[in-house]
Parts: sequence; structure tokens; C-alpha cells
Amino acid sequence: MNNEELKIKLTEFIPSATFEEAGEWLTFFIDSPNWKTVAQQLRTTEDFNFDFLFCLTCVDWKTHFTMVYHLTSTKYRHTIVLKSKLDRNDPEIETVSDIWRTAEFHEREAYDLFGVKFLHHPDLRRLFMTDDWKGWPLRKDYEDPINMIKL
Amino acid sequence: MTEEKNISTEFPGEVHPTAGGGILISKLDEVINWARANSLWPLVFGTSCCAIEMMSTAAAKYDWSRFGFEVARATPRQADVIIIAGTIVNKMAPVLKRLYDQMADPKYVIAMGACATSGGPFFYNTYSVVKGADHVIPVDVYIAGCPPRPEALLHALITLQEKIKSGATREQIKTVINFSVNKTENYK
Repeated sequence: MNNEELKIKLTEFIPSATFEEAGEWLTFFIDSPNWKTVAQQLRTTEDFNFDFLFCLTCVDWKTHFTMVYHLTSTKYRHTIVLKSKLDRNDPEIETVSDIWRTAEFHEREAYDLFGVKFLHHPDLRRLFMTDDWKGWPLRKDYEDPINMIKL
Repeated sequence: MTEEKNISTEFPGEVHPTAGGGILISKLDEVINWARANSLWPLVFGTSCCAIEMMSTAAAKYDWSRFGFEVARATPRQADVIIIAGTIVNKMAPVLKRLYDQMADPKYVIAMGACATSGGPFFYNTYSVVKGADHVIPVDVYIAGCPPRPEALLHALITLQEKIKSGATREQIKTVINFSVNKTENYK
């Protein structure tokens, strides 16, 4: 499916999705409570068949967080980008590690560096930082007076 | 006459012509330093993009074996020089220290590029980067650049050779002035 066809089909499935005019890939926002069911549909619906989550990341906009998921289908070779806003004071979203196994480590990374809590994740521990590390280093307001020289 | 001059600039010693050949007079220390300088084995060590330039320097186009850096060793036990090609993060620092400790004396260190010299682009607002590899191990030669071109790395390696040939240890060469004095003596 090309982007236009995907857009029509996705609107049928997720009426609440708001689309973003962006670059190469079809990009849209969804509400974070819907994420789990949407993800399940995108994976299992035969017309979509999004079987590969190739990027999972978080963006700190200072006012809120945005989770970004890049999905592609190895069968149809179509790609979409999903975004979801999170509350910065209490960032929480359902895990998708049971749908795409790769998300298990990606979510641990996002937890490690941004402090996003992935609900029902099987093993939500720090990945790069030491277990006793305090704080979330990739947040814009992160302070580390020992290692960091502020500019 | 010109032939003799060539020998005296490249090899530390003088040839005294005698009947049926000649006698070479030299100092053992200088011969050892000359040999060391011309056979520096680098350690296979690269932590980021500088390593790509280092590989390019080793490959056919720049071919650092022309200057005696022939064999890159995968073990610190057999290496003479470690080229810190890339960013050193806090997690890598103890590994770098251990590798340096495992190298046999005499050993030399080249800090390649901005990251290894000072933290470079990661100097400000970074929680993870060591602001210069010389916080971890002593460095002999620094190279500017991000990343430096292969010519710059070759220049640094030749500078290191001059430093070794000048005969002083790192402890003796504390200042740049001392080093340049030795350097000019070497080129008299």
C-alpha cells in the first residue's frame, strides 16, 4: 500500500488518529491509552502486516514527551510512524514487547535514558547506565555536576 | 660523500672508511632507539569515527607500513603504541587503562582527534564522556581534527618517531622546548 491507501485504511481502523504532514513516511498521532490495541491490530491485520518495529524512541519537548514508533512490513514494504504524547511528570505507556520482541530492549533503553515507564514490561531494568544510577540522562533538565560541564 | 651523509642522518652513527670496508661507530642506546622508532606496532583499538580514518591510513592508499607501523596487533602484549581513535566514555575509561597497563614497556600513546584530546564536541552538556584521554593515561602526541585526515595521523606517527629517536623518555620530555631542542639536534 502507498501512503494514501494506508491513510484511508488507517482512518477506518483508528478514527481518532490525527495525521501529520511530514516527510517520506506516513506519520500520525494516537492517544497513549489506545496504543496497545492499535499495535495489536497493526500487527495482526493482514492488510497491514506490520511485523517489524525498527525504531522505538522518546523525545523530550520540555512540556511533554513524545514516544515515536517506526513500523514496517517485510511482506508489503510499507512503513508508518506512530507518535504518542506522554505526560512529562508521569510518563507511562503500555509495553509492546509481547507483540514485537525487539521492543523489550528498546523499551529498556527508553526507560534508562528518559524514565518512561512501560506498563507490563517483563524486565524493566536499566540497560546502559549502572543499576544504582540516579536520574534520567537524556531529559533536557538532567543535572550531573560531577560529569557535566554546563554551557 | 653524499652516501655517507645519508647514512648519518638515517642511522645514528658514523662510518670510518678503512681499507677493505669501513668501521661503524655508534652508541648502543641510539641504535636501540632507532630500531624502536622504525618498528612501532600499533594496537587494534578504535572507539568511533576516528578509527575509520585510522583504518584508511593503514590501507593501501596511505599505507602506514611505509613508515614502520606495519603490524597492527590485536593484543596489548605485543603492541608498542596505542592510538586512541575515538571518544572515551566513562564506561570505556577503565578498559583503556587496563589495555595500557597490559602493554609492555616501552609504550607510547597517540590521542587522535578532538574527542581523545579534550572530549571535543562532547565537552559541554554530556554526562558520559571523559574530557580528554589524558585523564586516564599519559599521552605522547595529540592530533587535532574531527576526525583528522590520514595525513595528520601519519604526521603524528612520524612526530612520535622523532620523539623516540631523540632518545628521551616521556618523563624527560616534559616541555615542548626540550623536545624541540632534541629534535633540532637530531636533524643537524
